[in-house]
Order: sequence, then structure tokens, then C-alpha cells
Amino acid sequence: MDLNKLSQRGEFEWLLPATGRMRVPGVIFASRELIAAMDEKVREQVANVASLPGIVAASYAMPDAHWGYGFPIGGVAAFDADAGGVVSAGGVGFDISCGVRTLHTGLKLTDIEAHKARLADRLFARIPAGIGSTGGIRLDAAGMAAMLRGGARWAVGEGYGLHADLLRIEEFGCVAGADPAAVSEQARRRQRDEMGTLGSGNHYLEVQVVGEIFDPLAARAYGLAVGDVVVSLHCGSRGLGHQIGTDFLREMVLAAPAAGIALPDRELACAPLKSALGQRYLGAMRAAINCALANRQILTHLARQAFAELFPGVELPLLYDVSHNTCKEETHTVDGRKRRLFVHRKGATRAFGPGHLELPREYAEVGQPVLIGGSMGTASYVLAGAAAADRNADQRAFGSACHGAGRAMSRHEAARRWHGRAVVDELAARGILIRSGSSRGVAEEAPLAYKDVTAVVAAADRAGLARRVARLAPLICVKG
Amino acid sequence: MNREPQWETFAHEADVGVRGRGATLAAAFAGAATAMTAAICDPARVGAGDTVHIECAAPDRETLLLDWLNALVYEMATRHMLFSRFELAIEPGQAGMRLQASVWGEPVDVAQHQPAAEVKGATFCELAVRQEPDGQWLAQCVVDV
Repeated sequence: MDLNKLSQRGEFEWLLPATGRMRVPGVIFASRELIAAMDEKVREQVANVASLPGIVAASYAMPDAHWGYGFPIGGVAAFDADAGGVVSAGGVGFDISCGVRTLHTGLKLTDIEAHKARLADRLFARIPAGIGSTGGIRLDAAGMAAMLRGGARWAVGEGYGLHADLLRIEEFGCVAGADPAAVSEQARRRQRDEMGTLGSGNHYLEVQVVGEIFDPLAARAYGLAVGDVVVSLHCGSRGLGHQIGTDFLREMVLAAPAAGIALPDRELACAPLKSALGQRYLGAMRAAINCALANRQILTHLARQAFAELFPGVELPLLYDVSHNTCKEETHTVDGRKRRLFVHRKGATRAFGPGHLELPREYAEVGQPVLIGGSMGTASYVLAGAAAADRNADQRAFGSACHGAGRAMSRHEAARRWHGRAVVDELAARGILIRSGSSRGVAEEAPLAYKDVTAVVAAADRAGLARRVARLAPLICVKG
Repeated sequence: MNREPQWETFAHEADVGVRGRGATLAAAFAGAATAMTAAICDPARVGAGDTVHIECAAPDRETLLLDWLNALVYEMATRHMLFSRFELAIEPGQAGMRLQASVWGEPVDVAQHQPAAEVKGATFCELAVRQEPDGQWLAQCVVDV
């Protein structure tokens, strides 16, 4: 990205002044190196988002920002319904409520070393992953509606996990305002046999070891110590969310002219929050969030079963569960005034700071766990939501941080450069076991196809978005 | 003039672009569909034993391309199939354009097909349907994987 188009406000904060149709400025949080490596499309997309009606404060991009659809991946924007604000299906994307959940195992690296290959095989056998895989659950119409309303709370009621799990999930496992009636028949049909499936592409289940602690106080609150083995899941709302994205993108694009919205990019498809279409999308999108939360809850249950086969009596309590493709109604302080806003996070993680009322009590002092997925050969990170700079200001970017490494290279290029078998062998030589049915899938997800997650996380930390707490190194990775 | 649909995938930072070219609009749409299969796996590995019929209608050509690709995404997802052969007709309909197609494919076999990633949906990103100066039709967009 051409740095001359931006003005630097701090070492890790860059301002794109409001010009032309932009209603607010753009703000990109990144190091000079990260921002220089970003595509020009990111700047264009930040500016386009800034032109949408009712946007508040700024159009933000996180340190892992890259070229997305309409919104950049790593984009954050909040809208005020009373100021003509919009909700954007493009601003949430296809993989609604895709997110990361991390589980403690209570095991140390030394406990699992001798069982690693068998554990990898058990997890691969238990977790449905990849194209064509199906889950063991079939929901009838009433069951589907209950799942879409209840999220992880529904799943726990069905026997998948424990009530205590719900306390460690955003919105305590169930987002309010879901409207199953707004979910199309096609979306329901796509989900019929996909409950409890991981998906493919960049979705995974990893067994990881805590390699380094940066913030001992927060690490203690999160129950993390060097050598601890944890499990992280990365997946979303599966076919149901994908179809809702497809349905509403089309409908919002076709309805935009009548709503008086001039879209700078059709992929920014949106509708006024105070419109029937906007409300219907919110109802469907929230149902998809609940679907994702239920899905990760079922996968948690399956992971627990796989661990119990090798480590009888072991429990896998949640550290936390975050979603990184959402639009959520939240209260934020803007210019000293509390406002109810609809915050879009597209490839960005909520990162509420210490004292926030929506945090579990045990995390209240240190802030929300922010779970950052890396690539299968590098590292993942646990961060903590940062405090606001002063009492009268809001947290940075409406309490948001990065979500992952972000791709450095297209799938196309990655598949051309590497062979899956070689990637698997090279990682095995480093003690990282990959289990996947697809060699090409592994090649497209090769570690070097991703940006340096360490640089992304360092920038998020230095920009004041979230503090680094722990680095997690991969041991086993199950992929589609 | 080459009457066979031609296809290619093109790079997008996070995802994959699909592009079809052909002597007719329908041929370009068929090429884009083959390119979408190529975003998942090698189309040459996908047999053509089972047929599915698809119909869609849209107000304009570009929306019709999205509807066509998204109909294929839906059929792939719900039937657990991959497709390799596409025959379609596009004609003016009541409210724009109407597409009728027969597509051939087979059930997903992970060992045989080595699918890399499922397509979540076709997007408006890089969406274009046009007749080129040489008379060939082009149909393209980025698909989210």
C-alpha cells in the first residue's frame, strides 16, 4: 500500500483522511512493514466502507487486514440506526460467526508425547472434516428452529457439553434476536447433515502447547502456563451461514437503489437497520451465529470423546469462544456519549477490555480472551482485550482486534509452489502431525502461504488493541 | 472460432477467481462452472455419471451468473457431489434472463478427488459478464472458499 496516501498518527496507527464520498476517516492499525505489504485494495475497501450511511467514528482495519469482499478482511465498522445506519451482509460475509474456541486439557506436553500419533488418529476419526463429510445429527423442523434460537445453550441441553461451557462463550452461548423464520429453506437444507462438522479450507482442530507467556497475570486468570496442552477449533456456521450470506447479498444488492443507497461496490450490499430487509437479515444472521456456536459446542463434545479414549477422566473445559465474522448490537462511548451501535467485525475479533460487563467474572480484571489462529506450522496466540486509554473514551476500534495471520499468498500460488505430502513430511519432522484427507488442501494451507502471525500480533499489542498473553505452538492439526 | 468453453481460475488474495470464455453466453457460463470445480479439485478427476437439472432466473446477466454458480454450490453441498459437465441454455425470461441446465457429476470421493476447499458462495467481487471485442463471451467472479 502506498504510504503517501496515509498520515501516521502513531507508530502502529495510520489515518486515511475522509475525502470524496467518505463520511468518516479510515484508520489502519499496523506496523510500517505490515501496511507496506497490504494490497491497495485494502485502502480502497476501507474508504468504501467509510462512505456507507450512518457509519460512526471511523472505518477501521486490523493489522491482518487483506483484500476481502466489500469490507476488507480485518475490517471493523459501527453503524447507528438512528442516524440512518445500515447492516451489511457483505460486512459480515459468508462464513457467519466463524470463530475460534480454545479448550484446556489439564495435560502437559510430557503427558501426551508418547500418545501423539494415536491422539491425532482418534481426533481425525471423530471429527467430521472436509468436503462431503457429514455429522451424526439430523434435525427436524422443530429441532432446527430450537437450535437456531438457542445456539450453544441448545447444544448443551441436547447433551453436548456442560452448562459451565456457556459461561466462557461470547453472549454466554446464545445471541438474542435470532429469527429462524428469516432463514431460507435452502439454508436449512444445507445444514441438515452439517451439524458438528469442521468444514474445509482454513478451518481446523489443533492440539497445541503453550510455548511462551507474555503477561503472567492474564495467563493466570486464563489458566495458562508454559507446557500446558490446549485444543483450539476454528470453524463457523457451515452451509447454513454460507447460504444466508448468499441469499441476503443478492437481495440487498437488488434492493439498494430503492432504499436510496448508492453502493460503491456491490459486495458492500447493505440495508437500513430501520427497514424490513435489515431487520430480517439481522434475525437470520443471529440465527447463523447461534448455529456456529452450536456447531463448535458439538465439535467440543466430539473432541472430548476422542481425548477420553486415550486419557480417561480428562476434562476439556473452555478457555473461551470468540466469533470473528459478525454484526453485534453493542453499547459504546463515542465522544463521551454512550450509543447503541451495530458493530460489524469482518475477520476481526471482539476484544473487550478489563471491567467490561459482558465478560465472565473470572476474566473481568484482565479483559476478554482474544484467540488468534495462526497457520498450521507457526503459532497461535492468546491475547487480552486492552483497556481504553481514558475513562471517557471507548476502547480502540469499538473493542476489536485482529483475527489471524491473514493470507500472504493466493491458494492458487500456494498449490503451485508446494505439494501437500512434502508439507506434511516437513511438519512431521518438526513434530507437528497433520491429518487431512486432501493433499492439495494441505498445500493451499502451507504455513508460508500466511503472513507472519507474530508480526500481526505484535502490531495489535503495540497499537493498544489487545495485549499479548501467550503463544501456542501446534502439535496436531486436523483439517478438511 | 473455438466453440468449446474455455476456463481458468485466477488469483485473489484470500480466495479464488473463476473465469469462463466461449462463443456463446451459455458456453462462458459453462466454463465458469468448470473453473469453480477446479477451485475445489482437478475437474478431470470428476466423473459424469449422475445428472442434476438446474433452473434459475435473474434481472441481468451478472446476477444470473451468480445465481448459476450459487445453484451449483447448493447442489454440491446438499448432494455431496462434484460436477464436471455442464449443458445450459440461456434465454430472455419474464423478468430478465432465464437459465436451464443439465449438469453431470458424481459423489465426492475424498481419496479420488482430493478436494482442497469447499466453495461457500459466489461473490460480486470481480464479477463481470461481457462480450469481448473478438466476439467471445466472458463470465467471471471470485468465489469464497
